[in-house]
Amino acid sequence: MKGAIAIELKHVTKRFGSVLANHDVSLQVRHGEILAILGENGSGKTTLMNMIAGIYYPDEGEIYIDGKPALIASPKDAFGYGIGMIHQHFKLVDVFTATENIILGIEDKTKYNLKEAADKVAAISEKYGFDIQPNKKIYDMSVSEKQTVEIVKVLYRGAEILILDEPTAVLTPQETEKLFAVLRRMRDDGKSIIIITHKMHEVLALSDRVAILRKGEYVDTVETADTNETVLTEMMVGQKVSLNIDRTEPKNPIDRLIVENLHMTNAEGIGVLNNISFTARSGEILGIAGIAGSGQRELLESIAGLCHLDGGRILYNDPKTEEQVNLRDKTPLQIRELGVRLSFVPEDRLGMGLAGNMDIIDNMMLRSYRRGHSIFLDRQKPKDLAEKIIEDLQVVTPSATTPVRRLSGGNVQKVLVGREISSSPSVLMAAYPVRGLDINSSYTIYRLLNEQKEHGVAVIFVGEDLDVLLELCDRILVIGGGTITGTVDARSTTKEEIGLLMTKTEGGVSHAK
Amino acid sequence: MQNNHTPKTQKRTREPLLHITKRGAVSMKTAVLIRVAAILLSLIFCGIITILLTGDNPISIYITIFEGAFGNAHDTQFLRLWATLQDIAILLCISLAVTPAFKMRFWNTGAEGQVLIGCLATAICMFTLGGIVPDPLLILIMLVASVLAGVLWGVLPAFFKAFWGTNETLFTLMMNYVAIQLIEFFLKVADKSGSNTVGPNILKHGWFPALFGQKYLLNILIVAVITALVYIYLKHTKHGYEISVVGESENTARYIGINVKKVIIRTMAISGGLCGIAGLLLVGGTSHSIASNLADGRGFTAIMVSWLAKFNPLMMILTTCLLVVLDRGSTEVSSKFGLNSSFSDILTGIILFFIIGCEFFIQYRVQFNKKNHAEKEVAA
Repeated sequence: MKGAIAIELKHVTKRFGSVLANHDVSLQVRHGEILAILGENGSGKTTLMNMIAGIYYPDEGEIYIDGKPALIASPKDAFGYGIGMIHQHFKLVDVFTATENIILGIEDKTKYNLKEAADKVAAISEKYGFDIQPNKKIYDMSVSEKQTVEIVKVLYRGAEILILDEPTAVLTPQETEKLFAVLRRMRDDGKSIIIITHKMHEVLALSDRVAILRKGEYVDTVETADTNETVLTEMMVGQKVSLNIDRTEPKNPIDRLIVENLHMTNAEGIGVLNNISFTARSGEILGIAGIAGSGQRELLESIAGLCHLDGGRILYNDPKTEEQVNLRDKTPLQIRELGVRLSFVPEDRLGMGLAGNMDIIDNMMLRSYRRGHSIFLDRQKPKDLAEKIIEDLQVVTPSATTPVRRLSGGNVQKVLVGREISSSPSVLMAAYPVRGLDINSSYTIYRLLNEQKEHGVAVIFVGEDLDVLLELCDRILVIGGGTITGTVDARSTTKEEIGLLMTKTEGGVSHAK
Repeated sequence: MQNNHTPKTQKRTREPLLHITKRGAVSMKTAVLIRVAAILLSLIFCGIITILLTGDNPISIYITIFEGAFGNAHDTQFLRLWATLQDIAILLCISLAVTPAFKMRFWNTGAEGQVLIGCLATAICMFTLGGIVPDPLLILIMLVASVLAGVLWGVLPAFFKAFWGTNETLFTLMMNYVAIQLIEFFLKVADKSGSNTVGPNILKHGWFPALFGQKYLLNILIVAVITALVYIYLKHTKHGYEISVVGESENTARYIGINVKKVIIRTMAISGGLCGIAGLLLVGGTSHSIASNLADGRGFTAIMVSWLAKFNPLMMILTTCLLVVLDRGSTEVSSKFGLNSSFSDILTGIILFFIIGCEFFIQYRVQFNKKNHAEKEVAA
C-alpha cells in the first residue's frame, strides 16, 4: 500500500458568499507520507482540510479515496473513510477522562466497556509511543496531553488519514519534538498525515512533500528534499502586485512611542512577547507583519493598557510638553487622563471597538461620554459626529440610530476608524483594519491612514497582506513567535525577505529527519 | 452542480423542508401585529381547551377573567381594581429593580431574596421600634434599613463576581434561601405561638398612611416615581450608558476604560436597593405582616417581565399589567367555576407560551423551502 495514493482532491472549489476560499484545488496524499500544507493567513488551508474532514461540503470538484469517489458530507462520513482531523481548538469534554473522551460518540453496537477501551488506548499508545494516562481527567491535562488525546481519539476510530491543523502552535519546542517523533512513527506505519503549519523549519524538518496554497489557489506540490526556504517562501507569497497606494515621504519624523524590552507570558507560562523593542515615529506608518497569532494582538493591547506586561517600558513623548511618560501598567482611562492621545482600532471590531447592539450615535460616545461633570449624557455632539462620519466616509446606513451590528463589515469599520480618528490622535494603532473589507472600503481606510500620517500622527498598522504592507508603510517590523525577527525599509524590501523573516522563529526544532 | 456522481436522493434529504431566516430590522407595526395576533390566538386556544376540559362557555370564562382583575358591577368601591393595581405596583417595582442587572447581563436570580431581606429589615424596625419612635420617623428608619438590607444582598454576589468570577446565578439563588431562613428565625422570635406569619396584631406601627382614603395609593405613587427614575437612569445618564456597554461586551468596556468591577458592584447595589424598597412597600404599605412566602415568587416573575419588555421600563408597565391581570383573572376562574386551581395555571401558561413564543416570529421568518419543492416536481 505504501506509496499508493490514499486521497485525491480534484478541482475542489468552495465559496462563502462572494468570497472564494478555495479555487480549483487539486491535491494528492500518498499512504505512508507526511504532507505539509503551507500558505499565508487566509490562503484557504483550513477550509480545504475541513472539506476533507466533512465539516464543509465542496461547491465543486470531487474527492477520491483509494481511487474511489467519496461523498463526505459530515464528520461521521469522514470517519467512515478513515479520515480524522485534529483541530486547532480541542474538542474535548473537560470533566471526562482520556478514555471516556476517546470512545465518546462511537456507535459500534458493542457493549460499553471502559476497561476494554482503556486497554485498547494503552495498546495504541504503546505502538506509537504516546505518553498518555487513560484515566486522567482532561481538566488536569496540559495542552500537549490534550492534543495527544485528540490524536489517539482519531486513531482509535481507525483513522488512516490524519489531518493536523497547526498542531505546534500551542506546544513548547520539546513537546513539538515529541509530537514529530510520533508522527514519523505513524508515517512509517503506513498512515497518511497532512499537517498545516506556518513554520518553515518545521515543514523542512518533518514533511516528505509540501503543497503550497496562495489566496485560495493551489500553487504546487514539491518534494521537501528538493526545495529550500527561499523557494518555498517565494511560492507562498507570490509575485508582487502593484496597488497604487499614494505614499508620501515622512515629514520630519520625531520619536513618538518608544517601546523597550516588552515581555509577556500567558497562563501556560509560554512567552507571548519576548524582548520586543521598537520606535514609532510621527508622520510615519510603521507596519507590523507576521503570521497571525505571533503576538501582534498582545503587543497592541499592552500598549493600549489592556494587558498586563511582565517586563519592559512603553515611553510616550508628548508632542505639546515634550515630556516623556511611561504607559506601562496604566489603564486605558489613566492613559487618557495623562493627555496621551492614543487611538486604537482593534482586530475585534464589534467585540471590542464597538458595541454591536448600540446605534451609531451611542458608539460615537464610547470615547467621549465622560466629558463634563453632569451625570447625564450629552447626545448632541456624538450625533453631530455620527452624521459627519456618515457623510465624510460614505457609511451606508439607514440612519444614525441604526445598531452597528446591522451594518456591513466595511461600514462597521468606517464607523470605528472614523471615531478613532475624530479625537485627533498623536498615535493611531490599527489591527487588521481591512480584513474582510471590499476593495473600495479598503482604499478608504488606506487613504484615512495616509491622511493621519500626513498630519504628523505616528501610525502603527498591523496587516496580513504583504502587498499592502509594502506599499502603505514606511518601515515594517516583522514579528514571529512573539519576537521581532527583523525591521525592514518598506521602500526597498521584497516580499520574499519579509516572508522569510515571518517564518523564522527562534528555538526551532532540529532539521534532522 | 458538477458532482453528478452524488446520488440525488441523498442530496435532497439533507435539505430541510422549512427555511428559517433572521429578519432584518422589523418595523414597529409588524412587531405589534405579531404580538396582538399571538394574544388573540392564545385566547382562542384557551377557549378550545376550556370547552374540551370543562364544557364551560369560553366567553363567560373571559368575562370572569376580566371581572377577577377589575371587579364587577357590585364592586362599587373598586376594591378589586385597587388590589390589582397594588399587585401591579409591587411586581413592577421588583421588575424595575432587576432590570439594571439584566441589562448588564448579570443574571440576578436573587431578587426574591433581596425583596425578602427588605421585608425582614422593615419588619424588624416595626417590631423593635414600633411605639417607641413616632411613626413618620419610624417609616424613615424602615426605608433606610430596607434599602441597606437589599443593597447588602445585591452587593455580596456582585463583589465575588467582580473579583473572583464566581457564578452570580448560583450565588444570588442561594442568597434567597438565606433570606428565607432568616425570616423563619424572626418569626420564631417575634411570635412565640409558632405561627408562620407575624401579622398586623404584632406589627402595629409604621404603617403607610392612606392617601385620599386609599391605603394602596402611596405604594402606587412611589412605584410610578421609581419607574420614571429608572427609565431616566438607564437611558440618559452616564451610569446607565456604562451598564449598557458592560452588558454588550466586557472587552469593549475595558477598551474604553470603564472600570467593569465598579460598574458591576454599583449596579447590583442599585438593583438590590430597589428590591429592598419593594420589600418595604410589601410590609409597610400592603400586608403589615411578614412570612417567608411573602414575595410569592415575584422575584422570578420579575425577570420575565423585564426580558419581555426588552428592559424598557415603560414597556414593563404593560407586561406587568398583562401578567398580573392574567394571574388574578384566572384565579377567579378557578374559584367561580369550581375548578381545580391548576386550571388557572394552565390558562396562564398557554397565554404566556404564545406571548413568549411570538418573539421567535419577530426575530425570524419561517418559509417553506421552495427550491426543495421545485426539485421534487422536476423529479416527478
